[in-house]
Amino acid sequence: MKNLIQTPGSARQSLLMLCLLLSPLTAFAHQRGGEVIGFTSGFWHPISGIDHILAMVAVGMWGAQLGAPAIWVLPVVFPMVMALGGTMGLMGIKLPGIELCIALSALALGFAVFREARPKLWISAIIVGVFAIAHGHAHGTELPLGTNGVLYSIGFVMATGLLHALGIGIGVVHRWSTGRIALRVAGAVIAMGGVFFLWKAISGEPV
Amino acid sequence: MRAPRRPFILFWLTLVATLSVASPARAHLVNTGFGPFDDGLTHLFITPEDLLPVIALALLAGLRGPRFGRAVLVALPVAWLAGSAFGLLLASPIALPPAEIILTIAFGLLLAVDSNLPLVAVAGLAILLGLFHGLLNGSELPKTPSTSPISVAGVGVALFVAVSLLAGQASAVHVPWARVAVRVAGSWIVAIGLLMLGWAMRVSG
Repeated sequence: MKNLIQTPGSARQSLLMLCLLLSPLTAFAHQRGGEVIGFTSGFWHPISGIDHILAMVAVGMWGAQLGAPAIWVLPVVFPMVMALGGTMGLMGIKLPGIELCIALSALALGFAVFREARPKLWISAIIVGVFAIAHGHAHGTELPLGTNGVLYSIGFVMATGLLHALGIGIGVVHRWSTGRIALRVAGAVIAMGGVFFLWKAISGEPV
Repeated sequence: MRAPRRPFILFWLTLVATLSVASPARAHLVNTGFGPFDDGLTHLFITPEDLLPVIALALLAGLRGPRFGRAVLVALPVAWLAGSAFGLLLASPIALPPAEIILTIAFGLLLAVDSNLPLVAVAGLAILLGLFHGLLNGSELPKTPSTSPISVAGVGVALFVAVSLLAGQASAVHVPWARVAVRVAGSWIVAIGLLMLGWAMRVSG
């Protein structure tokens, strides 16, 4: 038993065992409704909105620019705060100016990346937290009826986390001088996207 | 010291695979066609409500070290089996979705903050989780067929395997960024739990 926990070299065997365990998902005689729709629609929901993608990726990029501890604080805190907003949306709690806040998120976060802004950690956490609640709330109110809530939530959180990871991955170029410039340009592009969404939100047009 | 990359990659593969294939809770075991033992074995991996807190606890124990992992490896399946045995004696099924969700959030939070709990506390949490979920599982199983205890044994083996894999992989990561990645998994579990809470309290229309 001791070796079972301590031996890191049994990776292939573990993976094989896991695959074998997961494989016997038997065919169902009757089509089960909801599950696939729940997971896939949850996974695609954050990816289907360009405003959400820009903001999530920008959070990761900004975190990478800021370095430790922001690079790990933001991805740890963001999903939880966003889910809190989503829960409020699901419970029917109304928040004012959500669309405006979402539009502002891409603008503000893109601008922060462009400027390489370095506020104190708690200030950046509050900025990101406010935007996280807005994005989560919007998703919470938009969730379709009839899908499986648990699977939807799993897909939703995984997709959002992967968008962060993408942003952090892009932000790794920050360590090179050319990369820093490229990152700032990317921030400017995201901010311009934010201006577009802000204009849409103010004019009342659907994004 | 060389960074242990392979176990870390495997850990994420394990997590994503288990979360991806999980399907909704079934009051009754899924019929795999391979018999009651396999029905029980499969149950854990396709029931997110059961699986998520187990993932959180196994990873938390793994982060704390091999001793913690071994404690959970023993305490969780044994407590789960004991809870299931008690649940089988109950006349009607118990359903406590809010308590299940709150437990999931709590375990995810402990992992996200990389809680510095002592061994006794981690083992106690494993017993609490095992007894609670085992009781719910056991109470939902059919009382008449004599195969239910075999299904419960299958669930116990599934728990042993899941904790072995997850705690083992988590205990093998030592580089700071890899530990952070495991903590991110905890924050994902909290987020999923919060959304599940929202779904449970959803205002329709």
